[in-house]
Amino acid sequence: MDCALDIFFLEAVLNGVLLAGLLALLALGLNLVFGVIDVVWICYAELVMVGMYAIFHFYKVVGLPLPVAMLAGILIVAMAGIILHVVVIRPVLETPPINQLLVTGGVLFFLQAAATMAFGVEFRNIGVQLGSVSFADMYFSWNRIITFVMALAIVFGLWLFLRRTFIGTAIRAVSQDRHIMPLMGVDTRQIYLITSAIGGGLAGLAACLMVLQFDIYPQIGLQFGLLVFMICVLGGLGNMVGGFVAAFIIAQFITIGGSCFATEWGYAIAFLFFMVMMFLRPRGLFGSKA
Amino acid sequence: MTKPRFHPGYAIGLAGLIALPFVVTALFPSSEKYYLHLAIQVLLWAFIYTGWSLMGRFGLTSLGHGAFTGVGAYVTVLLWNYAGLTPLIGIPLAVLLAAALGLIVGYPCFRQRITGHYFALLTLALAEFVRLCIIGLRDLTGGSLGTQPQRYGNGISLYAVQFEPDRTLAYFIALATWVIGLYIWHRVDRSMDRYALEAASQDEDAASSVGIDVTREKLKITALSSAMCAFGGAMFGQYQMYIGPDTIAGLGVSLNIVFAAIAGGVYVMLGPTFGAFFTQMLAETLRVSIQGSEALKSWLGSSALALDSAIYGALLVFFIIYMPKGIVGTFLEWVEKRKSGP
Repeated sequence: MDCALDIFFLEAVLNGVLLAGLLALLALGLNLVFGVIDVVWICYAELVMVGMYAIFHFYKVVGLPLPVAMLAGILIVAMAGIILHVVVIRPVLETPPINQLLVTGGVLFFLQAAATMAFGVEFRNIGVQLGSVSFADMYFSWNRIITFVMALAIVFGLWLFLRRTFIGTAIRAVSQDRHIMPLMGVDTRQIYLITSAIGGGLAGLAACLMVLQFDIYPQIGLQFGLLVFMICVLGGLGNMVGGFVAAFIIAQFITIGGSCFATEWGYAIAFLFFMVMMFLRPRGLFGSKA
Repeated sequence: MTKPRFHPGYAIGLAGLIALPFVVTALFPSSEKYYLHLAIQVLLWAFIYTGWSLMGRFGLTSLGHGAFTGVGAYVTVLLWNYAGLTPLIGIPLAVLLAAALGLIVGYPCFRQRITGHYFALLTLALAEFVRLCIIGLRDLTGGSLGTQPQRYGNGISLYAVQFEPDRTLAYFIALATWVIGLYIWHRVDRSMDRYALEAASQDEDAASSVGIDVTREKLKITALSSAMCAFGGAMFGQYQMYIGPDTIAGLGVSLNIVFAAIAGGVYVMLGPTFGAFFTQMLAETLRVSIQGSEALKSWLGSSALALDSAIYGALLVFFIIYMPKGIVGTFLEWVEKRKSGP
């Protein structure tokens, strides 16, 4: 219960930074889908879970090498993103937006239950331990450091894709005005499909990094799903830098709150902060008052 | 077109429900407790779902009503266990507190015009916040293991509002609660506030330009809806004689409320009730048939319990895509069409 500014506090802060990288990566795919299709995939964290189980299955049960298993996992989740869009989202695209959110809630239940049926409720782990690095009496696991670096690289890669490629430009254009772009000859249906695939692929990438750090179980989505939504909204839609800053703030609340009090209070403070910020700045931390 | 003030069908239905415990006892003398337990659960959840639908039907899709059921149940039980305050006072206090919570969160929300996705995500955060507070205060609340109201005497008492051992009594209490819920729905349905809120849900600017105080109307319905959910949560805790952060609060409960109400239909009076009936029966039928079937058990093992959630989730997707008005709403629409058709 002590919260002195000692070495443990510093360790918590640095671990928060490492966690923030992962959260920012998780928020990235959701942010893209949210910004372009204007749909909240409330089952986004469950897609990550699907990816984690897929990697676990290919690596531990089938016995493929880890990189191949991860690639397969990414492809599966990207496919899942496309299927989700075609089967579930497309029929409700023209209905009130809240229906789109709720319909993916049904998918959330389904995926959780399907995972329980396929893999049981036990905690699974791929058992890859990379050791840890110690620095001035503080310990950081390599898994977390690699995750952080990879997350930064992926964020940068997506940024390049959206800025430098033709499809990326089309995606950004649709996210700015989805009604005008069809008149300019852009097939929004196709853009939505590509966006869903990329969104799913990003969830798959996040899953690759998550399996290095966390145990896999059917309810894991509930652990961080809400955090990811909060980061998306706090950062402002389509604002990737904002998403990054929001991820850092939320992660600091969780790790510092967790080390000073108890884990659940760290989360509770983060949720409270989110609600207050929504009231003060409904368009996100860096949103303009439009 | 004037609708009859009181349809005779309602009187027959109510009479049937009053007779139900006696019929059940006569038909299944050995297992009447089980059937009554199911009926009580359906009625209490129906009350909670109806309370949610008061907001849900006006486009205020809250994913945070688990916060209110949680506050209702926990405040009541904690006051009884630690302060010895009778739930006769404790429940009204809990209900007031939940309504106040609804107003505190609602006011800035409605002033800032947070609607749709954002309103849903914000209320989701509220539900989780309350659940985490319950777990965090584990010295008082028993943390994630939950807690029990202290049994008073033989477990049947007006002073302690405990009625669990006598299922027939519990049934009538649940039935009365449910009827009150429907009456509140009916009153709202007939009020001017309904038209104001419907207008606001279509176009807020247009509604306020004709003199509707949108924030005020939304706050009124929020207070009413959260109060109902808190009362339902409190009664549920008193009936179950157990409350846990995941059974009466949090994300899971919130989502169940929303989905069951939508499956039944939020725009008609009996929609949420049917949603409660439908979801409870689905879960129970699947559970019993899995328990009874050796083949299913050996195929799925212990994870067979997840089968009902899988079917439930798939059905929800189906309902929202093809029947956004819910089962009862779609049925009534079909009846209307047949009447007015050739």
